[in-house]
Amino acid sequence: MQQSNTYIITFSAILTIILGLLLSGSSQILGPLQRKAEELDTKKQILGAVVDGDQLGKMKPEEVLSFYESRISSKVVDIEGKVIETAPDGSPVVAEKVNVGKNYKMAPENRMYPIFIYHAEGNPESVESYILPVYGAGLWDEIWGYVALQTDLSTIEGVTFAHKAETPGLGARITSSDVQERYQGKKIFDESGKIQSVYMQKGEGKDYESDLHKVDGMSGATITANGVNKMLKNYLEYYSAFLSSQKAGQQTEVVAVN
Amino acid sequence: MSTETTAIEVKKPAEALLSKRRKGLVTDPLVDSNPVTIQVLGICSALAVTTQMQPTLIMAISVTFVVVMSNIVISLMRNTIPTRVRIIVQLAVVATLVTLVSELLKAFAYDMYKELSVFVGLIITNCIVMGRLEAFALGNKPYDSMLDGLGSSLGYSWIILAVAFFRELFGSGSIFGIKIFDAIAGLFGEDFSLATNGLMVTPVGAFIILGLIIWVQRTKTGYVEH
Repeated sequence: MQQSNTYIITFSAILTIILGLLLSGSSQILGPLQRKAEELDTKKQILGAVVDGDQLGKMKPEEVLSFYESRISSKVVDIEGKVIETAPDGSPVVAEKVNVGKNYKMAPENRMYPIFIYHAEGNPESVESYILPVYGAGLWDEIWGYVALQTDLSTIEGVTFAHKAETPGLGARITSSDVQERYQGKKIFDESGKIQSVYMQKGEGKDYESDLHKVDGMSGATITANGVNKMLKNYLEYYSAFLSSQKAGQQTEVVAVN
Repeated sequence: MSTETTAIEVKKPAEALLSKRRKGLVTDPLVDSNPVTIQVLGICSALAVTTQMQPTLIMAISVTFVVVMSNIVISLMRNTIPTRVRIIVQLAVVATLVTLVSELLKAFAYDMYKELSVFVGLIITNCIVMGRLEAFALGNKPYDSMLDGLGSSLGYSWIILAVAFFRELFGSGSIFGIKIFDAIAGLFGEDFSLATNGLMVTPVGAFIILGLIIWVQRTKTGYVEH
């Protein structure tokens, strides 16, 4: 009984339809909630570069969103630092929606580079820091993060890193605040105005207080650290056109005020 | 897959809702036939997700939901499932439930969704799920199947929670993210500090803890493998 091919095929077809409906239905219902959760997560990460992690953790989702709304403005630039308003297909570009990981697969000159500007409440003109997304490869899989630069466009205000599959306790430490705090106050340009980036060193426990372009390493995670170094250097170079144009702009402003 | 097949005679008069046999369905897998420590099933996830208590708890709840629900569904369908495609049918039901769990986590607990990432999806391949379906739900009524699923998943849950407790305590010095080691060190003054053990956050730590749990358990129950 129940062994005829017709029975098996009918049974399988009905089962497939029922399960398929169930899944597509649930994804329809949960879709908006999921997009909201993703948006919140992205905004939290961006804010993480300028706001203390503990403080951010205590905020409710709505508070994070309204804080983001009042303190962050964003734009998208190309490799030459020119603002991009519309995508190739004509739709408007939203910086929060730009997938840095997907852009990473394109040639650097075709990518879109989002910039998030942290400003005083309600006043987009009074900039406090520039937040740049960075993306690269760790030891096992992708790593990414955000670098916040002070208004001199060289001093690092703060960084936040995230990873997909780095080794827990070793490479995964890039997400911990004691590693990220090592970057605070370092400079990405040298005195002659050339991009130097900041390099995490091999080995751990040395003091790099006096060196503006070096930070202490993570013991046992040199490959992840190299990935972080490469990621920072690459992206700071991609953004260098924007950074220099912004710097030039600042100088003319100063002249104008004088 | 499970090594034991359970066949249970259903008595004619209505059985008490929690008869001795039914209680046994829930309590046996907790210690005597524990899916992790005795049957050695579901080890992969026991190693992968147990670095911290919170994701482990979410994982335990997810596995419990999937095992119980799939046991009920398969048991309800047991007389209509064609024998030749039963494995695929079981797989389809399990995969659907797991996808549902994953979607729910993504909507309501995004942080946990990111943390557990692939391991929620891999519940599909957790041998405990398919093992219980093959060994029990295909031949028993829904209520008994539900109890059986509950027993097995609770047996799995308490083991991974125990492993996670020791791994988080010794590896990160905290429990559910609360810094226990720092608090203890604080009692003894400034110079005193407790070091965390990096080995515990690697899968090796999970093997060691799991081995110790199995050792203690077998010493107490006198279980010997034949």
